[in-house]
Amino acid sequence: MPNSSKHNSSNLHFLNHTLDNGLEIIAEVNPEAFSLSLGYFVKTGSRDETPDIAGVSHFLEHMMFKGTQRRSSVDVNRELDELGSQSNAYTSEEQTVYYISILPENQLHALDLLSDMMRPTLREDDFVTEKQVILEEIAMYDDQPPYGAMERLSEEFFGSHPLATRVLGTKESVTDLSAQAMREYHAARYAPNNLCLVATGAVDFDQLIRDAQRLTEHWSPSSSKRILSLPKPSSKQIQLIHPPATQQYTIEYAPGPGYLDENRYVSRVLATILGDDSGSRLFWELVDNGLADTAVCFTSEFQDCGIFGAYLACAPDQQIENWGILQKILADAKNSPIDEKELELAKNKICAGLILASERPSNRLFSVGNAWTIRHTYEPVGPASDHYRNVTLDQVQHAFEQLSARTRVSVSVGPET
Amino acid sequence: MILQGPRRVQQSVFHHKLPNGLTLLGERMPWLESAAFTLMFPSGTCREPSHLPGLAGMTLELAQRGAGPFSSRDVVERLDYLGAERSSSVSTFHTNVSMACMARVLYPTLEVAVAILREPHFPEDELEEVRQSALLELASIEDDPAQKCFKELKHLRYGEPFGRSALGTQEGIEAITHRDCLEFHDRNTRPEGAVLSIAGNFDWDEWVKQAEKLLASWSGHACAEPGPVESISAKTHIQHDSQQTHIALAYNSVPYSHPDYYRSRGVVGILSDGMSSRLFTEVREKRGLVYAISASSHSLKNCGSVLCYAGTTSARAQETLDVTLQTIRSISDGIAPDELSRLKSRVRTSLVMEQESSNARSSQIAYDWIHLGRIPSRAEVLAEIEQLTCESLLDHFQQTPPSNWTLVTIGPSPLEFNEASNA
Repeated sequence: MPNSSKHNSSNLHFLNHTLDNGLEIIAEVNPEAFSLSLGYFVKTGSRDETPDIAGVSHFLEHMMFKGTQRRSSVDVNRELDELGSQSNAYTSEEQTVYYISILPENQLHALDLLSDMMRPTLREDDFVTEKQVILEEIAMYDDQPPYGAMERLSEEFFGSHPLATRVLGTKESVTDLSAQAMREYHAARYAPNNLCLVATGAVDFDQLIRDAQRLTEHWSPSSSKRILSLPKPSSKQIQLIHPPATQQYTIEYAPGPGYLDENRYVSRVLATILGDDSGSRLFWELVDNGLADTAVCFTSEFQDCGIFGAYLACAPDQQIENWGILQKILADAKNSPIDEKELELAKNKICAGLILASERPSNRLFSVGNAWTIRHTYEPVGPASDHYRNVTLDQVQHAFEQLSARTRVSVSVGPET
Repeated sequence: MILQGPRRVQQSVFHHKLPNGLTLLGERMPWLESAAFTLMFPSGTCREPSHLPGLAGMTLELAQRGAGPFSSRDVVERLDYLGAERSSSVSTFHTNVSMACMARVLYPTLEVAVAILREPHFPEDELEEVRQSALLELASIEDDPAQKCFKELKHLRYGEPFGRSALGTQEGIEAITHRDCLEFHDRNTRPEGAVLSIAGNFDWDEWVKQAEKLLASWSGHACAEPGPVESISAKTHIQHDSQQTHIALAYNSVPYSHPDYYRSRGVVGILSDGMSSRLFTEVREKRGLVYAISASSHSLKNCGSVLCYAGTTSARAQETLDVTLQTIRSISDGIAPDELSRLKSRVRTSLVMEQESSNARSSQIAYDWIHLGRIPSRAEVLAEIEQLTCESLLDHFQQTPPSNWTLVTIGPSPLEFNEASNA
């Protein structure tokens, strides 16, 4: 029998079950929902790649739509559209996710299609054609200067840590990649014990288990592991030239809490107070007065570490002055401590955003799926907002004070001056 | 007509016109915890004086810097306190202020929006800051060639005044005075032709009462209606030192208000909706020419167009353009029943799913009213889609073949394009 836990805020309830082959199935069931969303969350991403296959996770994500033993690539695309679905996939440093939003009567068809896609044929001619699409995607981002700066920053900040690998890979690594290397990667990383089937909305969970059992019974577990370690960045500043650029883009990473660190809520609240895109200290000092186009703080979290980041976009001749203002604001904990009002506004903003976003099952899929695959927990929206509500002024002020001693790595890109 | 779903809910749509000309629209979605409203008033870029492009955007920005009882900082902090998500924008014909919030803070949120509309402080000492922000926003688009391509396409296709971008021009932004903003606001922020729409969890009678309290005394004469929009056939290339060439393409179609709109939209769906659509299949899946390719229906008042975009590395740009055009023309070879059935399936699903978003519905009913003067029900839209046949789409395409092409390319070199061969 599936495990079940109910919470009292609505008709939502959480269910989970693990098949004999190791595939975990979880659902946040909302019988009142109009739709349901299904997703396979694969615990693999660019950090699980070796340098010779950099970009394989993302390239493979494209190839998963290219046909199976039972379906041609045309069949896959047609069936996704026949289901009337909103479907897509994405690859990050730590996961690859395939998702679909459908009407409840299409649950079986969608599960059959999505499960079949997890076992692609990876044919050589499709591989060659799709490689061109990946190279186009790399070229598209290369033409947008902030992306290049961000990729270079990850390499500089993480150094020999696996998170330094670019999600798209490089033009060279993708060009050199072979279909055989991709097949081996798929066999190792797409084993059922490295996947999680996530469902939200008007889900028939008993049926979902029965169907998933039948559709995945031939999948064999593997012993793929992820290397976990702490990055050891040292402070540095890099300048890049992108001749066609008209603006100067500067991005900075400093160490922050990871996904498993309870301090992440404090860090997120601090980033909102200091650098949300509206109403924050950076907003009032740099954006509202027209000095910069964008000046924000943000957090990124990974399994073993995290980032507290800052980003500035402005006219090239104002970069030095504006970056100085930004740094002064981030280092001003003693003179300008966080006050109660700032904390309350940040909490209200974050919590309202969580609730507004949760109205669609398709949005809940990512919250529920990420919490389970990364932390093995389930949280309804209410308790999830409580983490923010419970952040104290002392905690956020303490985190603010820590910022002045942080290790900072930054990359700035702009036109030749 | 039945919309499939776990629950079949009655669609509750309301409208009410205040004596001053403001139209109130509403769609109740009581299963949600949120409500979202959209305020649209007719102060779009087409009403800017021709020497001041960017005035509508700067006026909107200045209006948000303090209004009614709220200082500039209070506006932002009040909305953050309420947890209201907001966006504001300027289009060709309208200025648009939208907010989404939990239903219990709907009225305090509306008060802030109405203050911005009716009682802006227009602080003169903040004009230079607003100008600097506008110049930065305008400059930043230079680093986003795909977006720039569409800005240039609109400019080329619709000319003056309908092709203006909300971002304005450097000359226009530099010339705008505080008095220009005040006059633009006084002249164009009028109730006649304005719409306040709401969707989500709210009580219509209470909403009307609150809206009347805040907006019944709003006055002003109607502005003269802008003349008809006409599309211009033209092409241009913008030299840019980039790896990719960006291609934006437009051709004549019918507008949203036209009786044949759903047939036209159906043809665009066959071309571009979903991963089995013709453009995605021919340009990306079979040939690997692009990462991004799309076509969409676009209505500027009486003028309907289809807009297409493709981005590709420069060596393959000519082939990409040629295959895109060839694929558009391939509609005249006929439409397969399974293509149409997939399209219908996608529409059916999206009509059900739109009931999950107060924000989406609030914007949609305002758009419907502006273009049609009424709000078609989901059942009506579904019926329109269900009655499409392969023959009716083909017939529409043959009767109104793509014409009046506009092409903008951004990249290292121009492309060959001959409109005559694409007629």
